[in-house]
Amino acid sequence: MSVRRKTIRYRKLLAATLVAGIGLTGAACSDNGTGGTGGGGDANASAPLDPKTKVTITIDCMPPATKKPELKEWNEDVAAFHRSYPNVTVEGRSTTGQCEDPAAFAAQLKGGTEPDVFYTYFTDLPQVLDAGQAADVTPYVTARTVPTLGDIDPTVLNALKDGGKLYALPTSDYTMGVLINRRLFQQAGLNPDQPPTTWAEVRADARAIAKLGNGIAGYGEYSAGNNGGWHFTAEMYGLGGNVVNSTGTKADVDNAAGRQILQTLHEMRWTDDSMGQTQLLKWGDLQKEMVAGKLGMFLAAPDDITYMVETLGGHYEDYGMGPMPGGHATLFGGNDYMFKKTDSPDQIKAGIAWLNFKTLTMGKGQFDYARTKADGLPVGLPQPEFYTGATKRQDDRLKAASATMPVDNFRPFVDHPVPGRAEPPNAQQIYKVLDNAMSGVLTDRNANADSLLSTAQSQIDQILANGQ
Amino acid sequence: MNRAPFTTISRDPSPDGPASTAARARRKCDAPDGMGGQRDRAGLARWVRRNLTAHGFLIGSVLCFAFFSWYPMVREVILAFQKTRRGRTTWTGWRNLQQIVHDPAFWQAWRHTLEFTALALLLGFLAPFLVAIVLNEFRHGQGYLRALVYLPVMLPPVASVLLFKYFYDPGYGLFNNVLHTLHLPTSQWLQSTHTALLSVVIASTWMNMGSATLIYLAALQGIPGELYEAAELDGAGLLRRIWHVTIPQTRLVLSLMLLMQVIATMQVFTEPYLLTGGAGPQGSTTTVVYLIYQYAFNFNNYGAAAALGLVLLVVLAAFSGVYVRITRRGDD
Repeated sequence: MSVRRKTIRYRKLLAATLVAGIGLTGAACSDNGTGGTGGGGDANASAPLDPKTKVTITIDCMPPATKKPELKEWNEDVAAFHRSYPNVTVEGRSTTGQCEDPAAFAAQLKGGTEPDVFYTYFTDLPQVLDAGQAADVTPYVTARTVPTLGDIDPTVLNALKDGGKLYALPTSDYTMGVLINRRLFQQAGLNPDQPPTTWAEVRADARAIAKLGNGIAGYGEYSAGNNGGWHFTAEMYGLGGNVVNSTGTKADVDNAAGRQILQTLHEMRWTDDSMGQTQLLKWGDLQKEMVAGKLGMFLAAPDDITYMVETLGGHYEDYGMGPMPGGHATLFGGNDYMFKKTDSPDQIKAGIAWLNFKTLTMGKGQFDYARTKADGLPVGLPQPEFYTGATKRQDDRLKAASATMPVDNFRPFVDHPVPGRAEPPNAQQIYKVLDNAMSGVLTDRNANADSLLSTAQSQIDQILANGQ
Repeated sequence: MNRAPFTTISRDPSPDGPASTAARARRKCDAPDGMGGQRDRAGLARWVRRNLTAHGFLIGSVLCFAFFSWYPMVREVILAFQKTRRGRTTWTGWRNLQQIVHDPAFWQAWRHTLEFTALALLLGFLAPFLVAIVLNEFRHGQGYLRALVYLPVMLPPVASVLLFKYFYDPGYGLFNNVLHTLHLPTSQWLQSTHTALLSVVIASTWMNMGSATLIYLAALQGIPGELYEAAELDGAGLLRRIWHVTIPQTRLVLSLMLLMQVIATMQVFTEPYLLTGGAGPQGSTTTVVYLIYQYAFNFNNYGAAAALGLVLLVVLAAFSGVYVRITRRGDD
């Protein structure tokens, strides 16, 4: 046989080996592709974790090394938890920046590589269910395993349910309001203890602040990265509107409330010149402007202040909050921990025990305000606010006793609670469309609100009909 | 163009050519099973031993390509025809493609991508070529000028983009300040539907033209000086020299660069994503790849993202095929 033919045969052998190898590698790396949700089934789910069973759970959102006080508290909590549950090993997964990076999280879900107990936003539930990565924890979460369960706001728990099944436990929640720069309010001769509660007041205050000059804007708004659509939705809720009809099948933006929002923003931008010239802003941009003393107001959640102080170097005493303009409703959201579909019943029980200790027990974990204060971390923000009844009263009392910031700055927000409303279906696609309406009025002097809303209405209808 | 006929080249290492090799192979195959088989196995073992190192290295790179390039491509094609709902993955046929075509952003994204490509070619193809011609004329300091032109390529893209974001700011940006100082009308740059895409193209051209300029310059320096001298003797001016000498002599490089630039600019993502947040004013900088990103990472619709990626792949492959065929015909 010639060398050439041997080569061919050898190449065939090599190719076959490679193909087999690649196939096996591919099979090993591919997702399982099938399987329903709602796993973690255990006939004895409500029974406590067997103390003889050795369990290891991985949990994300462990503070990174750069956040020394938070990491110290995490390690203390892990040690304290281990004393109560010596059979459970908690392995934290550290994340830099925010606990969830949406793009990385989406990839994790696709690959099924999220930790055993993983951090999500309330709005992630459909995405996690579609990926087949969520375990049904309904039978595991009871008054025995989570003693404060009865005092958790049902609206919050409902956000974590699908088809009556519970998939997560909350750790924090927020409602949106108007975040103000108290220093600029004072400089403009406005009363920072009385933030605006209507769009007419927002416009008037913004005009007064912008008159300070020196590149200071009275009011800031997002119009890029789907954030503009997110805020437009919150503003619609505030005026009693919505962005889709009650059945979620048709758009509902081309109406009086939508027109009022776009026209007000257009007039603030172009007639009053109270919104600055730089637009197409995303989350993070307005916070920087406010910390730099260049912005008077924007719509935000209380934890934006934490970011502004801890990351950007702002000062708590400079900021305050008022309720959502209009006051009919406000967009609510929050974060929670879900359980991986492949978790064993013991891992789910251990995860629930950890979350109960770390995030759902007064005086422990995140509610150990005395320790938080001693570690130089902020206490006093109106967040989380998902408890009701006796637990809420206890939380308020503990928080007030250890407050590290002027809690009166948030009095207008806390004393005028606005009902929270969840995000619409297909939220991100709808926000993408509404971004165009927002960027339209903020970047085009000749923008026509009616035309923008009409286009948005038909495009959202198309998205909903398309069933994306 | 005269080419050496390929038929004269033989890759067969045997001294008496392929015919005798084939004859030897036939003789070996005709030999009794035992002897021939043993010789075959011994020969094969020897051959494997001799080439083991080479194939060991080859397997490493082949596996790398297989795992990080080919497998994801195959997966993308599969994903384009699948949908995952409630953890169950099903075949959907053409539904993902129908879905993306019915998305109001689909045609908008294609229009913007084609506009971007056209503008990027106009600026990004011509500008480096002209700069290379000018650079080629310098007798002194060419090395410094080359470094200067290449400098933007060495900057991290994010830094360059942030620089341009500052330049373009309508309030305190450099460009408007300069225009204002010169008593010229200012612009909204990235914040106007009329100028956003062009602004992105300008930034992108500045960021990327260094490499193209150096490639053109290398091609220009390969043109024999006698051709220019002959043209000059024939009375050709600067433009005629460029048209009749420079362009024909660099045609191969120009056509290759055009193809590569079209493929690269059709996949533009970083610049609009960082400069305008992706969509831009009223969606005026939404590109196909940004829409793919939105589908995958914001809408969690991997099927639609893969389908749109597949459409882009087919369009680019078709363009490349047609382009190569046309340019080959031109060569002939």
